[in-house]
Amino acid sequence: MPIKFPFSRRGAPTDAWTKCPTCDAQVFNKQLERNQRLCPSCGHHFRMSVGERIDLLLDRGSFEERDAGLEAVDRLGFHDDRPYTDRLEASQIKTGLRDAVVSGTGAIDGQRVAIAIFDFRFMGGSMGSVVGEKLARCFETALAERIPAIVVSASGGARMQEGTLALMQLAKTTAPLVRLDAAGVPFIAVLTDPTTGGVLASFASLGDVIVAEPKALIGFAGARVASDTVGEEMPEGFQSAEFLLAHGFVDVVVPRPELRSSLSRLLRLLPVAAIDDGHQLRHERAWGPIGALTGLAERLGGAVSETIGIDVEAPADGNGKSASTTATTEREDAR
Amino acid sequence: MSDMPMLERADTPSPAASEEAWRRVQLARHPQRPRTLDLVAVIFDGFFELHGDRAFGDDPAVVGGPATLDGVPVMVIGHQKGTDTESNILRNFGSPHPEGFRKAQRIMRLADKLGMPIVTFLDTAGAFPGPAAEERGQAEAIASSIKLMTGLQVPIVVVVLGEGGSGGALALGVGDIVLALENAVYSVISPEGCASILWRSRDEARTAAAAMRMTANDQVDLGVVDAIVVEPGDGAHTNHAQTGRALKAAIISAMRRLSGRETTELLATRYARLRSMGAYLETGAGSPRRPAVPSLRRRIGRILHLPGVPRRPRWSEIWPSNDLDDESERGA
Repeated sequence: MPIKFPFSRRGAPTDAWTKCPTCDAQVFNKQLERNQRLCPSCGHHFRMSVGERIDLLLDRGSFEERDAGLEAVDRLGFHDDRPYTDRLEASQIKTGLRDAVVSGTGAIDGQRVAIAIFDFRFMGGSMGSVVGEKLARCFETALAERIPAIVVSASGGARMQEGTLALMQLAKTTAPLVRLDAAGVPFIAVLTDPTTGGVLASFASLGDVIVAEPKALIGFAGARVASDTVGEEMPEGFQSAEFLLAHGFVDVVVPRPELRSSLSRLLRLLPVAAIDDGHQLRHERAWGPIGALTGLAERLGGAVSETIGIDVEAPADGNGKSASTTATTEREDAR
Repeated sequence: MSDMPMLERADTPSPAASEEAWRRVQLARHPQRPRTLDLVAVIFDGFFELHGDRAFGDDPAVVGGPATLDGVPVMVIGHQKGTDTESNILRNFGSPHPEGFRKAQRIMRLADKLGMPIVTFLDTAGAFPGPAAEERGQAEAIASSIKLMTGLQVPIVVVVLGEGGSGGALALGVGDIVLALENAVYSVISPEGCASILWRSRDEARTAAAAMRMTANDQVDLGVVDAIVVEPGDGAHTNHAQTGRALKAAIISAMRRLSGRETTELLATRYARLRSMGAYLETGAGSPRRPAVPSLRRRIGRILHLPGVPRRPRWSEIWPSNDLDDESERGA
């Protein structure tokens, strides 16, 4: 898949003005860029590109991109009115990104974080295999380096063109969070407009702290899908950041000018757990073996190894504990 | 990327492929297809249904509780569709509200506590998308179910019975071994939903069904499903008992494979299975950054090292918001 760029942007006429969807004001694009993409008259939060997000949130010069070489493949051979590969290429040319997420490490007021940022312009920020893999690796970086993880989401959900492989990214991005819990590493989810579908139904709802931007559309089912299925109109303000705040699914709604300082404060207040004895124990407990399973093997019969050719480890004592399992004892003690 | 083999260019599914995919979808949705409770009665003994999420209510679209499998205590959880209009209304056509997923979580925690293996049955068009479900955190309920299942310290066998509909199915569908009935389907979005978004017409559902490759065979090919359980005759609806017996044998065999594993290994293997899901290329190259054209002042400033002109471009110059918001691309 060759990536073609236009030689220059000067040839392409770009709109100099954008109409604010909230107050209908005509806003000069240059002004938007200078004003954190906020409407100068009503404060409407326009969507940001991943580059603008990095500049907004991270210390100057601190961002180091990782896994930039990951690129989507069309595993399904998906073709609607045009092939998936064409859509990918068009988005790559439009955005200068390989896929809908940029990830890496950076610092907020000197506090190092593993961070992943969605760009909605790339196929609606949809989560396919590349997005899922980058997020999983981002969480694994946080785990390995014991630094907090931050994900800034802006996504319509799972990428339909990748079928169930996209659906499985919900599990792929969620699984590492269990390890972060065990290791005592915090994860902050920042939900921006829009965060819906499979992205909200996975890691984005699972932040230790969940921060949202004002008026961001945040919801499980698209309003159209919902009214199609349910046959009723959705109430006003339903699926907004404020709606989720009122119902207890978001910790705080933070206007963009305060987003960076809020994250900085949170990082200071929620340090990565120190590795002490107590924590070590929790970690081992979470991953330690359990006697009951060996017991299950016995109960399901000795024919196990013959049937499927897997060696069943003989229990070291009568209680179904195997020999090398100190953690088993700890787990049982903890109960 | 020039060393990449040229792939055959994808094309819209042929009418024959669409018909075949649609036939499977129809079988998966067949009104006489055995439901979770029908099969539980054949496969397990002494199923004792538990009710309620201990927070809000009891969702009849999800059923669960302890039972024995060949004498071994296990926990059984599944979506439950109805068999006629009345029971379908009661069961909300098998589409759970958040309390359904939270009931499942509560039962899974009990299984974890007691070291009981879990068997789940997937049969839902999807999680219910109504305003009440949103209000009570449908997305959070699905997300936390997925998270819980990835960390449970007991073996999990998942069976796709009929429709494996998106996040609502995956919320009960994270396991160590995933089985599917021959005519089951599994998809990221319903074919109707996919068609209305990508083809802008629900009438293209057949085409969308084929394009998403949602049949059980396709899912084995994609690595999402591990093994297929053959259905009797013209489909599971023709013989519930025989379907149940075939499933029972498959579930026992899957459990035997898992029962010898220690928890550390079990969890590591489950993690590796989830981590391996998906298809992508990894090149050595960096992001194909758009060549930004800096202002004349910056270009001159950089050459002359003028004060106030940064030596390196800012990220927003590399990846600017160069377009108006584009609503044409949507996800599920």
